[in-house]
Amino acid sequence: MSTTSLTDRLGSLLMAPVHLLMRIIDIPLRAVQKAAGIGGMAAVFLAPNMLIFGIFVLLPLVINFVYSMTGGTAFFISERNFVGAEQYQRLFTCTNYLDPMSCQEDAFWTAVGNTFWFVVLQVTLMIGVSLITALILNRDLAARSFWRAVFFFPVLLSPVVVGLIWKWILQRQGLLNFGLYQFGIEPYTWLTDRNWTFIATIGVSIWAHMGLYTLILLAGLQAIPKDLYEAAEMDGTKPERVFRRITLPLLAPNLLVVVVLALIKAVQIFDEVYVLTGGGPGTSTLYLTQYIYETGFASTLRNPGLAAAASILMGLVLVVLTLIQLGVGQRSEKKGKR
Amino acid sequence: MKTKSLLAGAALALLMSTAAHAGDVRIMWYSDGVEGDVMKDLVGRFMKENPGINVILDNVAYSVIKDQLPVQLEAGNGPDIARVTAIKDLSKHWLDLRPLVKDAKYWDDNFGAQADWMRPDGSKQISGFMTQITLTGGYANKTLFDQAGVPLPGPKATWEEWAAASKKVKDSQKLPFAMAIDRSGHRLTAPLLSYGANYVGKDGKPAPLDKGAKDFLTKFVGWVGEGSFAKDVWVSAAGSTYRAAAEDFINGQLAFYYSGSWQVANLTTKIGNSFDWVATGSPCGPAACTGMPGGAALVAVKYTKNPKDVATVMDWFAQEKVVKEFSERTLFLPGHKGVVDKGGLDFKTDNAFAKAALTKYVEASKTTSETALKLPGWRWSDTVYAAVVTRVGQTLAGELKLDDAFTRIDADIAQKVKDSGL
Repeated sequence: MSTTSLTDRLGSLLMAPVHLLMRIIDIPLRAVQKAAGIGGMAAVFLAPNMLIFGIFVLLPLVINFVYSMTGGTAFFISERNFVGAEQYQRLFTCTNYLDPMSCQEDAFWTAVGNTFWFVVLQVTLMIGVSLITALILNRDLAARSFWRAVFFFPVLLSPVVVGLIWKWILQRQGLLNFGLYQFGIEPYTWLTDRNWTFIATIGVSIWAHMGLYTLILLAGLQAIPKDLYEAAEMDGTKPERVFRRITLPLLAPNLLVVVVLALIKAVQIFDEVYVLTGGGPGTSTLYLTQYIYETGFASTLRNPGLAAAASILMGLVLVVLTLIQLGVGQRSEKKGKR
Repeated sequence: MKTKSLLAGAALALLMSTAAHAGDVRIMWYSDGVEGDVMKDLVGRFMKENPGINVILDNVAYSVIKDQLPVQLEAGNGPDIARVTAIKDLSKHWLDLRPLVKDAKYWDDNFGAQADWMRPDGSKQISGFMTQITLTGGYANKTLFDQAGVPLPGPKATWEEWAAASKKVKDSQKLPFAMAIDRSGHRLTAPLLSYGANYVGKDGKPAPLDKGAKDFLTKFVGWVGEGSFAKDVWVSAAGSTYRAAAEDFINGQLAFYYSGSWQVANLTTKIGNSFDWVATGSPCGPAACTGMPGGAALVAVKYTKNPKDVATVMDWFAQEKVVKEFSERTLFLPGHKGVVDKGGLDFKTDNAFAKAALTKYVEASKTTSETALKLPGWRWSDTVYAAVVTRVGQTLAGELKLDDAFTRIDADIAQKVKDSGL
């Protein structure tokens, strides 16, 4: 009895500053509630978050749009001249969009094409590889936790480190050629062959990011009730049918998240590729983000207006992808309720 | 009363914090070789002699100077002093030291020859001084030539003669490549000028690529195609990104490497006694046997909060005895007229190859063409270099035909001139 009362007193003592703080906060909040009404309190509580969102997301977006309507090489907006849609017009001046060399800004359309194929191939392969890995890691393997950590480890690495590691492996005097040479195979210049370099960027980015997606899919797999599999087993259902009829439908929400995240990440690909190939050979691994970076910041006589216009277009693509994800998500939610 | 005390305390703290920064001078510095260590030592000595000024030396990668510093400067930020190579391109950001230095005449007399390279056109300002004068030139792996039994081409040898001799060495010694040239418009400009190229139009703006430029670029692309010139370094990036081929030469993978005088310390340190090497000067073309001059400058940034302290630092480092010591220890060619005229530079190296190389560069500087001497001070040099590197890189990667590359180079340069609004 006396122990309980001592614990209660200690608890009250520890909570005293919290209670005091709550009372202090209570005074202005009541005043605010009086003015805004109970319904308006939601807006009051959301205001700080919206303020941060406005300053760090919306405002830069607006500034970026304004930049895209200006010309010249100066960075300060006050020193730049208004050119209307000229930068967009320049990006879209093209005889044949499928032939970047017929466009005024050939590097932009090359980057668009490269990014498109990168996204299609990388996301497809990424989801496939992540799903297979998650299915394997979901089984009763020996040292399962160790293998999970192994697959997740590259996610923790900085993209620059990822790029450098693979550069040391793939360069002319790198580890891969050294290994091949030991087996009597002639060394090959992997990073100067256009096709191999493109494949290398896809492979490296999958290696670097698949751990995260595997983890998301693994969480989904573990949430599927075991009794469904047991019932299927009792019915003698074939494993492919179990996968198609039980695993895939129940994993769909997680797969959707993975698809959207992988799509957005793939469109934004930059750092590891920049370190690994620098966008070369030629422009074969020049992706949209690198084009924007080089146009706006790294080239001689930088053109922030053109870079801003290209980034607005890239942003629109990302918005479309997000809207599709929302649409698909809502549709599957409705289907689930039915 | 209590509030007044608090305010007074806060004001004092603010004053003290401002005072603590008043004597700070931040230098952004990059190194090709050992100059970072030499500079660190000199900065220590400066601070002993000038205890009121705290110099902070930020050693950064060259890419930071090339890519990040211009952005900082455009935003009105940056260090107080910086070591840069794009000295003309960024000249609007440099501080005019003329009213601040102790003796402006000393600066004019000793650094006047390169003063135009680092100030806006038509200006008489003193922006800084060259920490080194550089000249592009070749290096040959003498051991490989000797092993192959191929004599080194003579001092007036042409690019074709060097390409032929290097190819023999490559075939004999089973090298991956015979020759390499840095992925840089500045480096490529030297042979272009030797073939008679002229970038500058009558109006002072860039002229379309002429026959001289096209002739050498055609040969260069052909040499890369047949494996004489290293392809790796040129196709290993997009755009105008700089790549040096020094590591291939240091690893004994090249017979001939075209770079410049700033590599002497680097090659001396890294090659050691692995093989014998010689500086060859620049091979000849039909028009000249010229290298491209250039260099790095130490310049004051006009956004500094401490211009007087910056001027004190610049005055100290521009002293004849300091420039001489810096050049001797870094194996750099000095940009100080007094030091050059008096001669007697005692380069601090026991390496006979390095000493011979520096002598060769001093000799080669005498054949530098007039056009080459003008380019470092020309507003559009970097614009032309960037366009040439970008499109030649694409051609070597198989994305463009050479004629299309020429058209694109002219169009890119014209667009940049239009963008600049000049």
